[in-house]
Amino acid sequence: MQAAIPVKNAAPAGGEVVLSARSVSAWYGPKLAIRDVSMDFKRNSITALMGPSGCGKTTFLRCLNRIHESALGTRASGEVLLDGADIYSRGADPIVTRRRIGMVFQRPNPFPTMSIINNVVAGPRYTGITRDPLELSEIAEQALRRAALFDEVKDKLKAPAASLSGGQQQRLCIARALAVKPEVLLMDEPTSALDPLSTLKIEELMQDLAVDFTVVIVTHNLQQAARVSQFAAFMLGDEDRVGALVEFAPTERIFTHPQDPRTEDYITGRLG
Amino acid sequence: MAATLLFVAIVVGLFLQLVHGSWESLTTFGPGFIWSSAWNPVTNKFGALPFIFGTVVSSAIAIVVASVVGIAAAVFLAEFAPPFIARPISFLIELLAAVPSVVFGLWGLFVLAPVLARSVDPFLAHTLGFLPLFSGPIYGVGLLTAGLLLALMIVPTVAAITRDLILAVPNELREASISLGATRWETTMRVVVPAARAGIMGACVLALGRALGETIAATMVIGNRPAISASLFAPSYTLSSVIANEFTEATSSLYISALLELGLILFVISVIVNGSARLLMFSMLRRERPR
Repeated sequence: MQAAIPVKNAAPAGGEVVLSARSVSAWYGPKLAIRDVSMDFKRNSITALMGPSGCGKTTFLRCLNRIHESALGTRASGEVLLDGADIYSRGADPIVTRRRIGMVFQRPNPFPTMSIINNVVAGPRYTGITRDPLELSEIAEQALRRAALFDEVKDKLKAPAASLSGGQQQRLCIARALAVKPEVLLMDEPTSALDPLSTLKIEELMQDLAVDFTVVIVTHNLQQAARVSQFAAFMLGDEDRVGALVEFAPTERIFTHPQDPRTEDYITGRLG
Repeated sequence: MAATLLFVAIVVGLFLQLVHGSWESLTTFGPGFIWSSAWNPVTNKFGALPFIFGTVVSSAIAIVVASVVGIAAAVFLAEFAPPFIARPISFLIELLAAVPSVVFGLWGLFVLAPVLARSVDPFLAHTLGFLPLFSGPIYGVGLLTAGLLLALMIVPTVAAITRDLILAVPNELREASISLGATRWETTMRVVVPAARAGIMGACVLALGRALGETIAATMVIGNRPAISASLFAPSYTLSSVIANEFTEATSSLYISALLELGLILFVISVIVNGSARLLMFSMLRRERPR
């Protein structure tokens, strides 16, 4: 069958695996949220996690940088290998992991009490990477340029972050995540709170970021997944609302030749 | 609308009534009343300075101690304590706010003052005695005792409100900070507490207002002597205490009028403290949310 959604990106053949999830399960209190999710993420690729609400795609994403466990009563099991080393192994420091695997959230969440520049350098400054003002302002400029925001804010770096528009705030949050120099960037529906124009800018930015980073994005929007990603995963919750991976393949194949009938139902709009 | 106007009428009416009642004192002593240290009902010489001093210093001690302790407790309860600890302790703190001040006064007089006189004050005098603040004879009752007792009384206000404010900080901000590789502690100090700082200041002002006006507990432990001393061990007197203590014994009309003028001064101090704090908060909020 031929899907109605055009796919732009071809999957790179045989890239090196940076991040590998193996049988990841996660709980909120006694409630199992996702069961045995395994996926490999290749260097400099964009992987989209798709699925209806409650399928556990965000929970899975949050397990990849161990932020899932920062909430009260949560737990995860399984292995997540970052460059071959399990971030869940005994003695692995979640703080170090989170510096190597950055995250951008659903709603723009700049620190309201800090200026634009202080938001960007919050990571390097407060986690002790450097406190040298000159070095910090270099990091800030680099990160803001990388997030395609520098030209818009270069004259008001000391202005409060809240003075920016929603789309700018989200790019500020991306810059803030980049300033810590991560290898992987996790994005949890980063455009769902934004207008179409801001969404477009962020999508272009994502393509650009994949040159240096490995990007994993959760999205509700099938078109977005088709536009930006090279790999796509489809997750679905069962009758107990326990999420599991249904299908994981190059985006092109997911949209043109889905192997699982449930995937086909979802992308053709009969499900979810 | 009518209810709102009622509040305006009460505040304005209160002020006018105080001015009216203290008119005799206002005209007799003029502005010199404020910086005069005389307080002699026999010769009809009255001045407010020792009482202003006692009120301001005891409240200053109280708010410094209470804000440090209260904010620290709130941060612990909201961010670090497990629920089975946070819940009962939060309840106890709120209970503390409901204890009548005369009970605090009794406790201050029979427990706090002797303990301070026996161990804390001598220790302070021994280690920091080179400062005028901690020199001079130790009575037990005095500015320091009153300040600490007031601190204890207003800690619940600071702690309870600050805890609620910290809990109200959106979780997205905590997660943003944690995702950058910050620890819980760094997140709390750099992101969560600053995000609530305007409200925390409001809580401290509210508590300061209570300390400034607190009457009975302060009276019981401050020593009730209209004197100005550099030492925090020395007895003192507050505006509200002297009004409560002497109003029933005031014989001459000038005496009553002078006491009412002390009330007027207390009213004005409270308005100035609240007003300036509100201005500061307002400018802080405006800088953070310009739109």
